[in-house]
Amino acid sequence: MRTVRLQEIANARTGDKGDRLNLVLVCRNPANYTAVAAQVTAERVAQVFAARKPTRVVRYDLPKLAAFNFVLDDVLEGGVNASIGLDGHGKSLSFMVLDMPVLIAADAPRPARGMQNKSI
Amino acid sequence: MAKVFIGAAAGFAGDRSDAGGPVVDALAAHSGPRFLMFETLAERTLALCQLERRQNPQRGYSPALERLLSPVLARCLASGIRIVSNFGAANPAAAAHRIAGMANSLGLRAPRIATVEGDDITAKLSAAELAVREIGGASLAQSRDIISANLYLGAQPIAEALNQGADIVVTGRVADSALALGPLLHAFRWRADDWDRLAAGTLAGHLLECGAQITGGYFADPGYKDVPDLAEVGYPIAEIDEAGEIVISKPARTGGVVDRLTVVEQLLYEIHDPSAYLAPDVVLDLTDVEVVETGKDRVRVSGARGRPAPDTLKATVCFDSGLLGEAEIFYAGPNASARAQLAAEVIRERLRKRLPNLKVRVDAVGVRSVLGASDSPPDLRGAQANDIRLRFAAQSADSAQIEMLLDEVEALYCAGPAGGAGVRRRTTPRLASASCLIERRYAEPRVTMLGGPA
Repeated sequence: MRTVRLQEIANARTGDKGDRLNLVLVCRNPANYTAVAAQVTAERVAQVFAARKPTRVVRYDLPKLAAFNFVLDDVLEGGVNASIGLDGHGKSLSFMVLDMPVLIAADAPRPARGMQNKSI
Repeated sequence: MAKVFIGAAAGFAGDRSDAGGPVVDALAAHSGPRFLMFETLAERTLALCQLERRQNPQRGYSPALERLLSPVLARCLASGIRIVSNFGAANPAAAAHRIAGMANSLGLRAPRIATVEGDDITAKLSAAELAVREIGGASLAQSRDIISANLYLGAQPIAEALNQGADIVVTGRVADSALALGPLLHAFRWRADDWDRLAAGTLAGHLLECGAQITGGYFADPGYKDVPDLAEVGYPIAEIDEAGEIVISKPARTGGVVDRLTVVEQLLYEIHDPSAYLAPDVVLDLTDVEVVETGKDRVRVSGARGRPAPDTLKATVCFDSGLLGEAEIFYAGPNASARAQLAAEVIRERLRKRLPNLKVRVDAVGVRSVLGASDSPPDLRGAQANDIRLRFAAQSADSAQIEMLLDEVEALYCAGPAGGAGVRRRTTPRLASASCLIERRYAEPRVTMLGGPA
């Protein structure tokens, strides 16, 4: 086993609906799906966003897409039309979760830097 | 039946005006039913357009209309590519007249332009009636001054407009995905209860509605997710067959990338429960969707499932929420963080005495602004940054309060810590929004054709 930052093995994108953030996490190599599923739990993602005090975090699993959809309630300071912060959409927040360390199998292929985001 | 091709030329009102050109070129090289879709109506845009219409009954359509449509209008009409857009905003009829005028001044044949209206429920429901229908909040409960209330209409009226022969369909508020589902209902004559196909068409629209976000835009992360020629990213084209299978691609000789990863990121973008994405025409279940790369920059998306449409329609309600005031100043060089910290304390101390009820937000751009807790000021003690932009923001219905905050920040020039520089200040009228669920009987979609021979 070896530890990587989530950014090494997964992609993330955030979107908003009112005061609710959705965070898509996609495994670049579907072989890592199980390891990510076991470690990147709703609880852990809630901890990452603790400063924004989510009232509820739910993870939806999409094994056929090797992806997860996290839904975080009440983390956007009221949403884009109410927040007086600089990122009311939460567009920048996807990167917060990508710093998370995860353990993956040692023989899982390493991400090739600079490739055209091939599935690896 | 031939495949249907739908290209996306805009994913929001601020999108590129030259995005549509390569998409139209690619569509022109195909035969069969081809459509170009523009999505330009963010939540607040419609309220701003409503305010504009109150000032001038000839206005109130999307401010992006001329800029986005004029580069491709002639080519679309010449090539038989039909245009579906929500350019109409608060005044689809005025948008239609404007487009007719554009065609005329470009020397083009008069296009058949159809409007889809009936989304505006501002006059149908009072603030109190809207308040009891609000989803997950109570922001309408205080009998606010409602500026706009619009239902999200579905795809049927768009299909009807195309059935009547429209070259261009201009809507107000419709579900973004309906801009693609409408053309598919028209081309394939799918039944209104063919839930799986309606789900597939809704999915196609969802994949297209943010333009380049599926072709490598909003995606690149150098070293991890590289995108070739992002500067010239191509916008997406969906090919959909009668069974509802979707292939996403992009025009030849454009930048960007279409692969499993760009498609899956967009597939789930702004989704809540993937098994129940609520649209006006169908409830879309993404659980069994499969995404497969079938060639370079070609990805097949299949397996959407549908269930009967919800009983209610979503509406966005916008109301006045005062003013947003923002002022910035920067501190640079050695000990910048301590000087920025002192500046924030000076503002806090002065406002504590003079405006005790105004909630002021402080950000230190480059140290802590979008990340971290938002309800406490940044702690800059010990920060190593030597180039800090300090930002103060507050919202109030009282412009005098906002002016006082901005004046205080500007006064830091001479009366604050050493080296304060580059003050910028801005006051913006603020519109807040709420979402409601509205009974379908309040939706009265109307299709009106104007211009061109019958």
